[in-house]
Amino acid sequence: MSGKLTLEQLSITRAGVPLVALDLSVAPGEVLTIMGASGSGKSTALAAILGTLAPAFRMTGRILLSGRDVTALPLHKRRIGLLFQDDVLFPHLSVGDNLAFALPPQLGGRRARQAAVERALEQAGLPGFAPRDPATLSGGQRARVALMRTLLAEPCALLLDEPFSRLDADLRAQIRSFVLDRVRDQGLAAILVTHDAEDARAAAGRVVSPLGIALSP
Amino acid sequence: MTGTGPLRWAPGLTLCLLAVPVAAGLIGTLVPAFAQDAAGFRALLDWPGLPRAVALSVGTGLGATLISLVITLLLVASLWGSRVFAVIQQLLAPLLAVPHAAAALGLAFLIAPSGWLARLVSPWATGWTQPPDLLILNDPLGLSLLLGLVSKEVPFLFLMALAALPQTDMARRLNVAQSLGAGRTASFAIAVFPSLYRQLRLPLYAVLAYSMTAVDMAIILGPTRPTSLSAQVVIWMADPNLTGRSTAAAGAVLQLVLVLGALALWAGAERLGKPVLTRIAFAGPRAHGLDPAARLLAIIAGLLCAGALILGLAGLALWSFAGLWQFPDAVPANLTLATWTRAAPDLVLTGGVTLGIAALATLMSLALVLACLEAEHRFALTPGAGAIWVLYLPLLVPQVAFLPGLQLAALRSGAEGTVLAVVAAHLIFVLPYVFLSLAPAWRAWDGRIAVAGLALGATPDRVFWRLRLPMLLRPVLTATAVGLAVSIGQYLPTLLIGGGRIETLTTEAVALSSGGNRRLIGAYALLQMVLPALGFALALLLPALVFRNRRGMAVSG
Amino acid sequence: MLRRHFLLASALAALTASGHMAWAQDAWDQTLAEAKGQTVYWHAWGGDPKINDFIAWVGEQAMARHGVAIEHVKLASTADAVSRVLAEREAGTTSGGAVDLIWINGENFAAMKAEGLLFGPFAESLPNWPLVDVAGKPAVVTDFTLPTEGYESPWAMAQLVFEYDSARLPEPPRSLAALRDWIIAHPGRFTYPQPPDYLGTTFLKQVAYGTLADPSVMQKPLDEATYQATVAPMWDWLDAVTPALWRGGKAYPANEPALGQLLADAEVDIGLAFNPGRASAEIAAGTLADTTRTFTLEGGTIGNASFVAIPFNAAHKAGAQVVANLLLDPEVQARAQDPNVLGFQTVLNLSSLDDTARARFDALDLGIATLSPDQLGPVLLEPHASWMVRLSQDWIERYGVAQ
Repeated sequence: MSGKLTLEQLSITRAGVPLVALDLSVAPGEVLTIMGASGSGKSTALAAILGTLAPAFRMTGRILLSGRDVTALPLHKRRIGLLFQDDVLFPHLSVGDNLAFALPPQLGGRRARQAAVERALEQAGLPGFAPRDPATLSGGQRARVALMRTLLAEPCALLLDEPFSRLDADLRAQIRSFVLDRVRDQGLAAILVTHDAEDARAAAGRVVSPLGIALSP
Repeated sequence: MTGTGPLRWAPGLTLCLLAVPVAAGLIGTLVPAFAQDAAGFRALLDWPGLPRAVALSVGTGLGATLISLVITLLLVASLWGSRVFAVIQQLLAPLLAVPHAAAALGLAFLIAPSGWLARLVSPWATGWTQPPDLLILNDPLGLSLLLGLVSKEVPFLFLMALAALPQTDMARRLNVAQSLGAGRTASFAIAVFPSLYRQLRLPLYAVLAYSMTAVDMAIILGPTRPTSLSAQVVIWMADPNLTGRSTAAAGAVLQLVLVLGALALWAGAERLGKPVLTRIAFAGPRAHGLDPAARLLAIIAGLLCAGALILGLAGLALWSFAGLWQFPDAVPANLTLATWTRAAPDLVLTGGVTLGIAALATLMSLALVLACLEAEHRFALTPGAGAIWVLYLPLLVPQVAFLPGLQLAALRSGAEGTVLAVVAAHLIFVLPYVFLSLAPAWRAWDGRIAVAGLALGATPDRVFWRLRLPMLLRPVLTATAVGLAVSIGQYLPTLLIGGGRIETLTTEAVALSSGGNRRLIGAYALLQMVLPALGFALALLLPALVFRNRRGMAVSG
Repeated sequence: MLRRHFLLASALAALTASGHMAWAQDAWDQTLAEAKGQTVYWHAWGGDPKINDFIAWVGEQAMARHGVAIEHVKLASTADAVSRVLAEREAGTTSGGAVDLIWINGENFAAMKAEGLLFGPFAESLPNWPLVDVAGKPAVVTDFTLPTEGYESPWAMAQLVFEYDSARLPEPPRSLAALRDWIIAHPGRFTYPQPPDYLGTTFLKQVAYGTLADPSVMQKPLDEATYQATVAPMWDWLDAVTPALWRGGKAYPANEPALGQLLADAEVDIGLAFNPGRASAEIAAGTLADTTRTFTLEGGTIGNASFVAIPFNAAHKAGAQVVANLLLDPEVQARAQDPNVLGFQTVLNLSSLDDTARARFDALDLGIATLSPDQLGPVLLEPHASWMVRLSQDWIERYGVAQ
């Protein structure tokens, strides 16, 4: 299910000012880091890959996923998973329902879906958390639920939007390795967007600026 | 993101649904006004009451709007963030739910020389064994009408201010201004008021137009020698003489011109006021001494408004259970269920019709508003100034100016007198309020939730039904309750488009008010208020019940 | 010869009469058949729950006896129904109109008749018409001096009476002059509904009756040349009392029930009603003190009849006629006269009724505050409609606009 994520001569300008210029591929299991200060265009790059770019931006180039051209596809058809800075759990659903929301519709049957949810919770070290209110979870627990939710949707690639920046220092390393281990286990092509050099180092992959300049972590 | 599909057309369709009936109705009113060499205008000019009626319309309209604005601003400025403010927020929904007619009837009984207030202090404090001969109700200056209007418009403006406050960043601005040494009131005036006022402008215009043209309130509380212009237009409309209708049409046109003139006057005053405010801000007043006075004034004015409505309705409720209740008894000599048991079959039937019409009109409005807001979100549309004006059109154009024309159109098409025609007419007035009530919360929704849902592979429709709608259950239900309340309170549209054959609690209550039977009026007015209040209660309780185990969905702020 | 001729003539008359009657019976049977299953939209003022209840009861009777349903369209003003029919004609609705039956009289009737908005004549061919007291109550065929010509059918008689609480006012003034003196001596304790309200205008006409040199001129259309001089004494009377009225004449109650509420609230000491049984009915309903009584003026007070009429474009004319006829039924009339129900005076000639029907009227307890027919005194005829219109217009000019 996973595959190569290619940004083919992806270039974005706003009012003539170049913000993003990337031409690269991310192999399955690789974590590419786009690093830059805030306002450097890294969230623009992210929006372009997701297809949520505002009309004020001009974009050229193509985005390919497993050889599929997804440039013109709406977000929900791209099969690109996303982890936010915050966990963005759905506050009106239980932990289990949050996870079940991500299950592909083809996975039929209440029992099968419940089993899939419970398996994911066990993998996250949260067995029996399905009926819980997400608001009662700790920050680390929430982050793990968010990642499992993203993985349950069976994405072909993963975008990580500073997913560790809001966590406490001691929790941060733990969650980071949890996330990165899963990415590598599942062999997903992943792009990490961050301003934090430590995150980039932990990702242990290539590091580029939004304008495509190779950086050393 | 671009796209097509029926959703793309929802905003256009909705605007047409509002603009076309208003425009068609206006034409239908203008034509008879100018027919037969403008005989209607000549009859209008011959009416000896005209100058006073015009002065009344303009005076009560501008007065009620200004006073309501000042009270609303005082409340927000001096009580925001306090415990009193939270209490007011709780009271707001039921107060908004009170139909104008019921509020006026309650107030009338409260303040009349033989009313409840006088009874409560007589004869022990006043020595009155019979009611004093004081001209309080229907006073020539329209002061009791003014009071009635203000008590109903403050809750509306206050709600609009509440919706606008998040966009004004009030807490931060107040802090900054206060840290610079200004008093609270001065800080508000300089730092918050300008951006708050920008959001309040259109609601204020609607209040101005309404206050100038209210018919039911003017009939009950307003002067009688002569009545206000719009009440007189309705009287002319019912004139058996042929000339009456063209006089009514001419009066309606004049009323429209007056409203436009008053709006222009208000807009002119805004322009004059702006540099004054800038100059005051530049002078950097601190005005700490102002704060306690403003706070006191806000509490008194707020209490007066809420008290007038609540006591008035309590009085009406008591009347509905009263046996003989003579002056100066503070309470009835005996209580009886006779009024209710006698009226029960009618009340049930009429209440059912009222609720049915309100439910249909509200559900249709809600569907259209949700479609508009969702289209706005999915296609990244920003409503232009024109669209917002169209949204306000039914609230700005006087009802007496376009409903008679609309009635003629409905008659010609054979739709008049049918429930669906009444529902459609209600829709014109319900939809703007549903939109105004829902849009701020809908737009303030965290867009990342949608992105997260879509990234999980959910279709936009699934995101709408499973995430956005349930998360916004509370504002959706509140908007529904607002819609129900607006529909239940409609008088003129029901009367004219229903052709008198569609009876609702409001048309019944106003018809009864001409008969002065306070017991029955009390029963109808009470029910008229209870139905929308139930809606608001459901809007409060249902989300609390559904989300009882979801801390993230608790009411915040 | 003469005798034979007479016999022949009466035989012929009998023949045509019976033939006519047979034909009439057939026609009525046809009307009844047509009416069965119809719903009659009766547009009637809805401001009084007692009247609303009565109309609902008539609806039950109509359903039980003739299979006709009545839908009471409650109006704030009768003129609403008139303007509806007018609007329908403007819109080209010449059949299937929304209004089947209107409670009407006076200027509304005059306007509809003049505009050709009425169906008829129908009233005098109703089976119950012979019971109507045309001779004793000329108002049943003369509506504000306008001959009804069968375009409306009477169903109740009304007469102006004054109401007062005998506990507060033991000896009420019984002439117009005494009333004026009493008002001036007791400022703020009297008022009347604001013209053009029906009762308010009736009060103006009553004042005109008591002050004009020759009140009989009001039976003819008003003469512009002499009008001002003729009515001057009436304005003198009103000018004298106005400053001493309730609220100093700066505000007036809207109509009869509003004035009744003022009396109940003790805001005034003397009220007016166009229904001699109103006070008793209100006492029975517990809304007026049981010390309330009524009186009329020496020389009489104005009286008239209430009618029902059928618009030219009514959708259910047959059903409407059945209801009009039912309203003349002795049982219905007796119920209307019951002060616990309405307290309206009957339009029937009691001596023309059979014993059972008569007994219903005899059994009625008219109520503690209701005057007997001889105590009510003479009934003064309504002036020509032009007087009503003009007097209320001039009143508005004089008092209706604050100075």
